[in-house]
Amino acid sequence: MSEHDYRPKSKVGQWFNDRLPLLTLANHLTDYPTPKNLNYWWTFGGILTFCLITQIVTGLTLAMHYIAHADMAFESVEHIMRDVNYGWLIRYIHANGASMFFLAVYIHIFRSLFYGSYKSPREIIWILGIIIYLLMMAAAFMGYVLPWGQMSFWGATVITNLFSAIPLVGEGIVTWLWGGYSVDNPTLTRFFTLHYLIPFLILGLVVLHIWALHVPGNNNPVGIDIKKPSKDTVPFHPYIVIKDGFALLMFMIVFAFFVFYAPNILGHADNYIEANPMVTPAHIVPEWYLLPFYAILRSVPDKLLGVVAMLSAILILAVLPWLDTSKIRSAVFRPLYRQFYWILVADVLILGYVGAMPAEGLYLLIARVATAYYFLHFLVILPVLGFKEKTLPVPLSITEPVLAGSPNLAAARNKESKLE
Amino acid sequence: MSEKKIKRRDFLFTATTAVGAVGAAAVVWPMIDQMNPDASVKALASTEVDVSSLTPGNTLTVLWRGKPVFIRRRTQDEIDEARAVKMEDLIHPEKDEDRAQNPEWLVMLGVCTHLGCVPLNDKGDYNGWFCPCHGSHYDTSGRIRKGPAPWNMEVPKYEFVNANTIKIG
Repeated sequence: MSEHDYRPKSKVGQWFNDRLPLLTLANHLTDYPTPKNLNYWWTFGGILTFCLITQIVTGLTLAMHYIAHADMAFESVEHIMRDVNYGWLIRYIHANGASMFFLAVYIHIFRSLFYGSYKSPREIIWILGIIIYLLMMAAAFMGYVLPWGQMSFWGATVITNLFSAIPLVGEGIVTWLWGGYSVDNPTLTRFFTLHYLIPFLILGLVVLHIWALHVPGNNNPVGIDIKKPSKDTVPFHPYIVIKDGFALLMFMIVFAFFVFYAPNILGHADNYIEANPMVTPAHIVPEWYLLPFYAILRSVPDKLLGVVAMLSAILILAVLPWLDTSKIRSAVFRPLYRQFYWILVADVLILGYVGAMPAEGLYLLIARVATAYYFLHFLVILPVLGFKEKTLPVPLSITEPVLAGSPNLAAARNKESKLE
Repeated sequence: MSEKKIKRRDFLFTATTAVGAVGAAAVVWPMIDQMNPDASVKALASTEVDVSSLTPGNTLTVLWRGKPVFIRRRTQDEIDEARAVKMEDLIHPEKDEDRAQNPEWLVMLGVCTHLGCVPLNDKGDYNGWFCPCHGSHYDTSGRIRKGPAPWNMEVPKYEFVNANTIKIG
């Protein structure tokens, strides 16, 4: 049923829906025609929604016990861990939830890269996604500062000092960010405020992200435009809801493993030492999800250019729809792109690994090569590939490959070419 | 209708927008400036340190404005080493004479000019300081010699109140 002729069955429903068409919206979301070949890589949108809600709910409850003050923050986190009923559980869900959120978002982003989901007409969905990703990094960074441990303090110092690389106004901006001459109480209280605000900004952007998605509809593993509703689609409910639900359960097993069996494995022991402005820990590393960008920052020997390279590595993604000149979306039909895709995956993993290692000797050399390749992929390989690559024939519909060998296929192809 | 003549309405439109923009800026500025260091933070601008117990070859680290300050009582070897360096060899050329008015005493912010970590004493390739975060090496005058840091460690405003007391700030 199309959303336009939807009418609630009950009289009360009709009365309400005429005044506020919420039921029309609910009907749109349940009946929403979805490509029937979506694989499990497409379930991470739902998983990410779950992650966001988990972070908001656990964050709200933690905020009831946490004290945002340089003298009390560290102790209040220990108080949550030891005294508050189930405080340990809520905090471990929140802390590991951040890692799970990034794990899911990276899979979600790399799924887009493989299947060309960022290409026309989905550029706005993609850009909204990049903004969400940037806000996630800001929220995660500020959240990591709140326990006021050694890593919190020095992570905050290093990251805020990135702004001092800006010529002329840099130092002024850093002082303004700190509210003092070093990271201190004013910094902590404003980070807490922003850490509280950002998830709700993300929530708003997620609504826009999904709204923008529902205009052209989902991309799919074949990467072709489909008519909707048609034989190529199934309604979102119950088909996708069940599939998303099953994937979410699998994801929650991984999540629960970290929360219950290895709650500190993704963190740093140094953060259980209270912040000390006189001593920098011997080895500062950010959380794992920021390591590739950290490696890029360190691979450039100049302070300003290092910061520029790191920011460009993220922002280059926003213009990806225009850097990738290929008209074919899915890597399934792009034999060369498929290989470069996996090289990029390896490149990012290597950057993540060297980002965790000391920036010297062989590690530094590897970081430099991997950084150069990262930019090469987006600025040279992708634009050129669109013109040079010989792509495989793309099916006319999702159903077509299933009908391979049937006489209907030749007929359908014939018909299509006549139409063109 | 298509005539481009300035009317009273255009004037009103421009004037209203201009006044509105000034009003908005006047409201936004306090919202931005509230984040700058407040009066209580600025009040902690100076600190006095007793350095009588410091023997040559040792460093005292004190907190000033939330940042560590290194007070190094240098040995003659360290002073000679710092003064023998050629200006061409420096990334950020500064004479040791300008950094340490009294050659025996080096007072500087113990903050790496790369990303703000605290460098370690008596480490690195130049017998001065070494920053563990991203590998910057400083010499016995606190000048950057190798690594990503762009400048020498900053020398704050300080003075000897008497032979044993340094006032920083």
